Amino acid sequence: MYARGLIGLAVILSIGSFTNAASAASADDFKAAFAKAEAANKQAGDLKNQWTTTAQQLKAAQAEAAAGDYDVAVTDAQQAEALANASIAQAKEQAAAWKQAVVH
Amino acid sequence: MRRALLLAMATLALAAPPVFAADTTNPQADFRAFRKYFTERFPKVPLNDFVNGPYSMDAGLRKQWEEIDAFPPYQFAVDKGKQMFDTPFANGKTYADCFPNKGIGIRQNYPYFDSKSGEVITLDVALNQCREANGEKPFDYNKDDMAALTAYMAFTSRGKPFAIEIPDDPRALAAYEKGKEYFYTRRGQLNFSCASCHVQNPGGHLRTEVLAPALGIVAALPIYRSEWGGMGTTSRRLTSCNSQVRAAPLKPEDPSYRDVEYFLSYMSNGLPVSGPGARP
Amino acid sequence: MASTIRMRAVASGDTTEVQALVQHPMDSGFVKDAKGDLIPPHYIEVLEFQHAGKTVFTAFWGPAVAKDPYVKFSFKGAQKGDDLTISWVDNKGQSDSLVGKIM
Repeated sequence: MYARGLIGLAVILSIGSFTNAASAASADDFKAAFAKAEAANKQAGDLKNQWTTTAQQLKAAQAEAAAGDYDVAVTDAQQAEALANASIAQAKEQAAAWKQAVVH
Repeated sequence: MRRALLLAMATLALAAPPVFAADTTNPQADFRAFRKYFTERFPKVPLNDFVNGPYSMDAGLRKQWEEIDAFPPYQFAVDKGKQMFDTPFANGKTYADCFPNKGIGIRQNYPYFDSKSGEVITLDVALNQCREANGEKPFDYNKDDMAALTAYMAFTSRGKPFAIEIPDDPRALAAYEKGKEYFYTRRGQLNFSCASCHVQNPGGHLRTEVLAPALGIVAALPIYRSEWGGMGTTSRRLTSCNSQVRAAPLKPEDPSYRDVEYFLSYMSNGLPVSGPGARP
Repeated sequence: MASTIRMRAVASGDTTEVQALVQHPMDSGFVKDAKGDLIPPHYIEVLEFQHAGKTVFTAFWGPAVAKDPYVKFSFKGAQKGDDLTISWVDNKGQSDSLVGKIM
């Protein structure tokens, strides 16, 4: 029984440490994720097709990082990158698709 | 099996790709198609009434507008604009010195294509160019001073038919075409184009607002919006339309904005200036 | 200084219809400016119309009335050519008035 208890404790501790390792984003992780998101949004800007929600998401991510919440900050930065990529895809698709909407 | 496959491939190769409208820019054809679309869709609306935007689409809203227009909320802006227009610059010159006909009754000629600079010049841009040429600081394109000045100039042009020219210059045609592209391109997280609301759904509702038809939509600019509690410029309307569909607005009087104004103004040729307008 | 009041009064028989547009910020005191500071309340408290020494219309406005308010009403007992006086006072003690002729 004592051994089972120890094993149980070992399992709990290992799960604990597993969880910590997966969620412990660092400031560097954030910087990388944020840089990627900003680069994507800049590309959208070159196509003149940024979304307001992308900028809001970037701002939110930065505020979270400033407060030290790197886990949430990384997630939000990744979401900002996804929004930026969606806006790029929209611009590329619309470059040809707009013609179909023209009144004729 | 192999022969069937080869036959299928050959058929595919011979099938013609879908044919879209001609790839060469043809503003006159666009103009005719645009006009036909709106007059056929709204046969009961007199042609000149399209310039009244939502009021040509909704009788109840029109009644309210007619009452309001008897004592218009934009009066203060027009009075302020007249005072600004009549006040000389520090160097003694006035706006009248920059414009044909002393700047009175000319709004229907804007935007125009300037062959020298290769740019589309809107009325707002021309006013700031006049200011800078006379040593004055330019006005912010989104703020009250430019709104008041353009309100007065629109007021002096009321009833005059739009007379937008596209010179036989590839740059002018390109600007027109880019404006047309901007108008029909979906943008923003909400994925709307200008056409989504103003071509596909005029007279329809967007929350509590009645959508205006694209035909003649620039004729009422600048507009006093009850929502803004004041007069707002063309730039202000374009930038707010952008952010409403969650598209990051461009800088005021960005070439894309000037081009779309050029396109829409050309589409309104012959229709009367109705500005400054009052809108909800 | 330019008047803040635009008024038009038209007599039709015994009834005079009056419209007035008053230029005033009508700040409620609840709105913040671009910096995040509250814009202090500044609104018309009382608006009055007088004809032949009598008050024919009084409005008690306040923070709920929007910018550049418009008012329209009718009253009896006036004739074309009579004077009609409109005046207002706001919460800062500022005021303005205008005398117009009934058309």
